[in-house]
Amino acid sequence: MTAVAAEPLTTGGGFYARRHFPGQDLVIAVAMGIIGFVVGSAVIGATISGGLAYTATSDQSDVDFVLGCLFGVGAFLAGLGFFGYPLRRMLGHRVEHHEVDTGGVERYFRLCTDHKVVGIQYLVGVLFFFFVAGLNAMFMRTQLLFPTETVVSANQYVSLVSLHGTMMMQMMSAVIIGPLGNYLVPIMLGAKRMAFPRLEALSFWLVPAASFILLSSLALGGFPTGWTGYASLADQAKIGMDCYLLSFALIAIALAIVGFNMIATILTMRAPGLSWGRLPIFVWATFATGFLMLLAAPVLVVTMTLVLLDRTAGTSFFLTSGGGTPYLYENLFWVFGHPEVYILALPGFGVVLEIICVFARKPLWGYPLAVAAMLGVSLLSFFVWQHHLFVSGINANLRPFFMLTTEMISIPTGFIFLNAIGTLWRGKIRYTVPMLFSLALFFNFFIGGVSGVFNSDAPSDVTTHGSFFVVGHFHYTIMGGLVFAFFAGIYYWFPKFTGVMLNETLGKIQFWLFFVAFNSTFFPFLIVGFLGQPRRVSAYDPQLQGLNDWITASAYCIGISMLVFIANLVYSLVFRREVAEENPWQSKSIEWMLPSPVPRENFETTPRIVAGPYGYGVKDAPPVAILGPVIPAVVGK
Amino acid sequence: MIGLWNRAGPLIRRLIVIWLVVSAITSPILYFLLGPHLPPFGMSDVSGFQAFDNAVMVSIVDPVIVFLVVFFGYALVNFRHHRGSAALEDGPPLRGDGRTIALWITVTGLMVGFLAGWGSYELWPGEHGAGGGQAPNPITLAVPASASTALQVQVIGEQWAWTFRFPAYGGVETTDLELPVNQTIEFHVTSIDVIHSFWAYELGVKADAVPGTENIAFVEPLQTGGFSIRCAELCGLWHGHMSTTGHVVSNSAFQTWITGQEAQWAPATKQLDPYSPVYHEQPEYRAG
Repeated sequence: MTAVAAEPLTTGGGFYARRHFPGQDLVIAVAMGIIGFVVGSAVIGATISGGLAYTATSDQSDVDFVLGCLFGVGAFLAGLGFFGYPLRRMLGHRVEHHEVDTGGVERYFRLCTDHKVVGIQYLVGVLFFFFVAGLNAMFMRTQLLFPTETVVSANQYVSLVSLHGTMMMQMMSAVIIGPLGNYLVPIMLGAKRMAFPRLEALSFWLVPAASFILLSSLALGGFPTGWTGYASLADQAKIGMDCYLLSFALIAIALAIVGFNMIATILTMRAPGLSWGRLPIFVWATFATGFLMLLAAPVLVVTMTLVLLDRTAGTSFFLTSGGGTPYLYENLFWVFGHPEVYILALPGFGVVLEIICVFARKPLWGYPLAVAAMLGVSLLSFFVWQHHLFVSGINANLRPFFMLTTEMISIPTGFIFLNAIGTLWRGKIRYTVPMLFSLALFFNFFIGGVSGVFNSDAPSDVTTHGSFFVVGHFHYTIMGGLVFAFFAGIYYWFPKFTGVMLNETLGKIQFWLFFVAFNSTFFPFLIVGFLGQPRRVSAYDPQLQGLNDWITASAYCIGISMLVFIANLVYSLVFRREVAEENPWQSKSIEWMLPSPVPRENFETTPRIVAGPYGYGVKDAPPVAILGPVIPAVVGK
Repeated sequence: MIGLWNRAGPLIRRLIVIWLVVSAITSPILYFLLGPHLPPFGMSDVSGFQAFDNAVMVSIVDPVIVFLVVFFGYALVNFRHHRGSAALEDGPPLRGDGRTIALWITVTGLMVGFLAGWGSYELWPGEHGAGGGQAPNPITLAVPASASTALQVQVIGEQWAWTFRFPAYGGVETTDLELPVNQTIEFHVTSIDVIHSFWAYELGVKADAVPGTENIAFVEPLQTGGFSIRCAELCGLWHGHMSTTGHVVSNSAFQTWITGQEAQWAPATKQLDPYSPVYHEQPEYRAG
């Protein structure tokens, strides 16, 4: 027994001392979740709500359902083993830290505190959500081939709209920081784990719980509010609404946890020599995003809770009849909602700036400027929320202020564009698939930004607000920005995750199909919106049918490009298995100095960082880190 | 500035000249060719200001587009790694240039300052502003002089229809909307159930209908003709069908129409409460 074994670095996830069959933890957790739901709804919920007079007139019991879900989620997490460690500590037991490292596929189906496992769990979850929500979009577009309800009913349509928007916003919040952030940030810091590995695992396992609740709304009649869940409509909606509220609150808790975990990790876990000026720009992006998550997500938890109380406990925060006001909801929601869109965007900027440096073979041009951009965007994003409410009847004096702050965000965002131009300038650009996706981000995000100018301008917003123009705008920024960055990151780091290359030819087919179809879909959104088509409608002006049919045809092509991606995944991972070279992109980043996939504890000894990232073009540039046992191991002392 | 120009090198100077020339040509073309065809087409004073605002913004945004096309385009075409060369070359390790950054921040800052200033200024041209949905003047919130002679029209949103009420005509409620041309209209928008948004597209008016609140919008129609009315805030099942067509008509035609409506709906009007800016919904408990 060495000193290291006495205090291993990873705190164990081994709640169950022995495992009798594969997937045991998850099976037990799901069983406990079901029992928890039954106890919460049928026993406790029915007892409470049975005593209240006004519940007797309701056709469905929100109290039962909400309590059932809360108990179910608690029991599910307990079944996974999240409470074992703190409980044993509280009871004064000696806690074994050993994690039963079974390796293999099994660890992806239980509480695992390895940040790389969490990253892959997130990746699978994100892709699942993305494809399910994307399928919703396909159904919506099929209906919009016709100017009146033809394919689906109005109720099905509004449920599809709501589910599409909510799933995308919930899961896309973590689309980059979940898989790529969890997997890469500790490695880029030269660390073996996140600062709080159990919370990191918790942040993931809240997601399947939340998504199960959200998807169960389908069986309960859906919810009619879109992803914004505006009060008064939400108060009126049936029980499916509770699914939205509960799942969004759970996701927001997960986001807040991810946020402070990232901040704590970056603050405290940097390897010796990794000064702030040497952090890879992706780490800066997650750092800035961490603050957004930590500060914005709790507002959403509160907001969702208040609506739940309005719906179950008879409070009246947002009901006009009881002295509340829907404006309160709108303000609270967008205080979260606008930082949220930068929670989406910033990690994407980080990813593409990393990738552009590698494939232009140049250092990041204007590194301090990029850092300033990340921090500036996160700061400003807290002061713009009322631009969603220009026509809502808010105090009209506020419009110039929010117009100014909104347009000011384009200054730090513009920095990113200058970084990109400067980095590409006189570079030796290689048009690999990750590079193509990264460059496409700048094209798409630029159109998103320009359309945003029209939204931010209060007189112009009179036309664009609540129209398809807005939908086009945020798909250009979120899908055109974030999802393209996500694919760039996947193609770039897939060999790191799996040791297997994704096929370049299929990747290029996917890229060009996706890029062209994306623009062919969403540019006409801007036009039909400007021509007066409101968003979230199942019926529209028949004069606009031609454009809508064009959009639908293009949207199908996006769907096909996603099938190409799935085909690429299956082909590359299952059939071809082209083993990745040690450093297939000739990157100079620290993660490519490790074997692929990265071993259990990343580094044998704590690495020493000796140079900033992006040493391209520098003669005799040293590697960024010394991995070997140059300094004596500090582990266990 | 001049120092930067001298240090820039012939390539960048050439690209900057190309950018300026192309912008100088395309920007006015966009303004004069595209501008007159931009929504919301100027059927009312407010709508005209908004269309003008859109045209100005298109021509301001144009140089930014041209800049990015010129510089990104040049870089992507010319700074490629050549497949023939086997060895992987690196580009020069340029790490940034303070004066370029300062210039960039200055230029983008000026543009943003102009856009925000312009947008704020545009909120109160003419008498009724261009905001549509709120008071015309964003600073003083002054009520326009013509408000004393304005025709009040209350717009009541409910799931899923619009009702229009004319207090000046005995509080008659109609489901159609006709408005006299060249007359200041004062919309009072509210809702009796959930949030809707009253969108009179060609009039350039969009005002959320929020329960318990009165949202005021001033507008003066300048042309006769039809305009579409839609709901612009998701309000449940039949949100997409919550649309109708309004008409701007001559003053005499309006008088004829409203008199007819008054007579037709007289029995119903008698039952209604006197005009109140806000309809309150009944207390409603739906819990458990």
